[in-house]
Amino acid sequence: MSFNTWLNDRLPVGQAIKDHLTEYYAPKNFNFWYFFGALSLVVLILQIVTGILLAMNYKPDAELAFASVEYIMRDVWGGWFVRYMHSTGASFFFILIYLHMFRGLLYGSYKNPRELVWIFGMVIYIAMMATAFFGYLLPWGQMSFWGAQVIVNLFETLPIIGESLSQWIRGDYVISDITLNRFYAFHYLIPFILVGLVVLHILALHQVGSNNPDGVEIKKGPKGNQWSDTAPKDGVPFHPYYTVKDIMGLSVFLIFFFGVVFFMPEMGGYFLEQPNFEPANPLKTPEHIAPVWYFTPYYAILRAVPSLAGTQVWGVLGMGAAIAVFFFLPWLDRSPVKSVRYKGPSTRLFLIIFAITFLVLGWLGTLPPTVEYTAMSQFLSVVYFMFFFLMPCYSGTGDNKGLSGLILFIVSVLLYLGVLILWWAQTPDLALWIKTLYTVLGAGLLFYFGVKPGWIKADEIKVVPERVTG
Amino acid sequence: MRNVMKKTCIALLCAFLPLSAQAAGGGSANLEHVEIRLNDTHSLQNGAKIFVNYCLGCHSADYMRYNRLSADLDIPEEIVLRDMISSDAKIGDPMTAVMPVKKSAEWFGVTPPDLSLTGRLRDAKWLYNYFISFYVDPDSVSGWNNTVFENVAMPHVLADLQGRRTAVFTTDEDGQKKFDRFEVQTEGQMSDEEFKSAMKDLTGFLVYVGEPVKLKRVKYGIYVMLFLFVLAFLSWMLKTEYWRDIKSSH
Repeated sequence: MSFNTWLNDRLPVGQAIKDHLTEYYAPKNFNFWYFFGALSLVVLILQIVTGILLAMNYKPDAELAFASVEYIMRDVWGGWFVRYMHSTGASFFFILIYLHMFRGLLYGSYKNPRELVWIFGMVIYIAMMATAFFGYLLPWGQMSFWGAQVIVNLFETLPIIGESLSQWIRGDYVISDITLNRFYAFHYLIPFILVGLVVLHILALHQVGSNNPDGVEIKKGPKGNQWSDTAPKDGVPFHPYYTVKDIMGLSVFLIFFFGVVFFMPEMGGYFLEQPNFEPANPLKTPEHIAPVWYFTPYYAILRAVPSLAGTQVWGVLGMGAAIAVFFFLPWLDRSPVKSVRYKGPSTRLFLIIFAITFLVLGWLGTLPPTVEYTAMSQFLSVVYFMFFFLMPCYSGTGDNKGLSGLILFIVSVLLYLGVLILWWAQTPDLALWIKTLYTVLGAGLLFYFGVKPGWIKADEIKVVPERVTG
Repeated sequence: MRNVMKKTCIALLCAFLPLSAQAAGGGSANLEHVEIRLNDTHSLQNGAKIFVNYCLGCHSADYMRYNRLSADLDIPEEIVLRDMISSDAKIGDPMTAVMPVKKSAEWFGVTPPDLSLTGRLRDAKWLYNYFISFYVDPDSVSGWNNTVFENVAMPHVLADLQGRRTAVFTTDEDGQKKFDRFEVQTEGQMSDEEFKSAMKDLTGFLVYVGEPVKLKRVKYGIYVMLFLFVLAFLSWMLKTEYWRDIKSSH
């Protein structure tokens, strides 16, 4: 009896390889956008490996942490390389995940039957944000300290429990050695939970099969290809076809990745922020505190919401809602087709507007707030939520928006009226032409993406081919 | 429409790049441009000499070790031990200020900051302009002031080299005090040009001390890039070879 047989009698290694690699049939028409999932997995592994190496020399102690990072940068053999891979990897992880999510939006990968794949993905995204947040405190620089201070203080705005909750998170009245210790513990723990979540994400995906740029279900199409009579005709075995393709994608990605590591590890102050080269000083507040770039779209939304009834909790709720709303995407999209290739023009247009909105909000989140920037953030925050809330109207075929679609439409109108009151009644410093511009643009969006497709004339959807193209 | 989408997506991708280019800026509009010479060992050596002679008395560079300096800047260890270390420090020790921390806080009101990472905290342009912008100010505690760093606690330790200068201010339309020009009070040991060149060296040295591996990482990076381009080409060929038997038509 060979070792192989012995092992497989006891553990389904061979079967797992077949199910998920050599006999997992993926659509043959994956394009550029399909590289980012596999690349994210590589970066996750890279982050774990470099993270463990860093942990061997890092000291989670308020007195020693900053110096231990410099020790890694200067005295540990290859330490600078490991540290730059880790800091660059953190930012690239988010770039890849944002592109991966955008792919999902483009081709409707969240739609039935892949709702769970999408939800696991969102949980992964949130776990990533938590890991990144905990990790950012560890270098114990000025921005580490004050960034954590600002974010933990957000919990303070919650009614009744706020103060005790934020103290419970910090373990102290301010960000301190105790906070650093527990953040280190969580920063080390969550990535392993992430790995488990990624396994679930992939298992759920492989249960229903991969989507593709045409949004055609290859499992429902004709059967039989050159490898199997029962496999989908338009599928190819993941290994070797997509493994070699992903290796190609990986080598191109590494050019960008190591380009940053070796030539611009600070990435102009976005990946490593300048104020973080000064040790944390609780007595000296930096002039301008901004979170790292991957959080800034949400930070812009947080700052856009004004305080109301004596509390700032609304901004925190707005920020939370901006993330949570992604979870509902599978049910907000009422389109009978998946891919943007066959969806109506409104859907396509709003997707582009949404992507630009997200980027501009991210840019605004890095800037100190001025009246103009705040108004812009407010307008774009409304656009951000309209993308989701009006989706039952503009994605549907008219009569399928349902009661929930009507309610969400009314919510969008109320959001719009809310900012109108804010600009016209409470922001005298804002130039008249800006107020007018945003008012008109907002009304235009409401009409074009809400009223028109919802009640006047539904978006025209193209005929989806029976088989994948290209 | 597919092509339009594709183009839009690429445009969106590119939008990430300009975003990152403008992060570092801020407040350095009127500063003089400086080209530091990190690849010029003599320049860095000269910067190190100025640093040890004029800065290390009060400021430390506690994350920087003497032997690293010796190896990176081609200065033999004997010379470092003989000319650069005035305390009882050993060759593997960090560059710690001669003056005790407690005393310095008493004398200047603040402890002179550690300079290990100043080259990363402030950019080269700021540092260089700060060095060349001291002027005599009888109203300040130290007798000196600086147009780049107003009311700085540090006196102009390089006054012997640069000479003493006063600053002339004008008032603009809004009634704000505005710096106009410097006027030479007494000449220093160096000409204006020599002093600026020396400050360029000092700036370069501080940038180097901020990240000593900077000298090497760019060189390594070029080899890594060459390797990756070959790898990308080979993996593209491999992919093409495998995908040859997948027909794109039905």
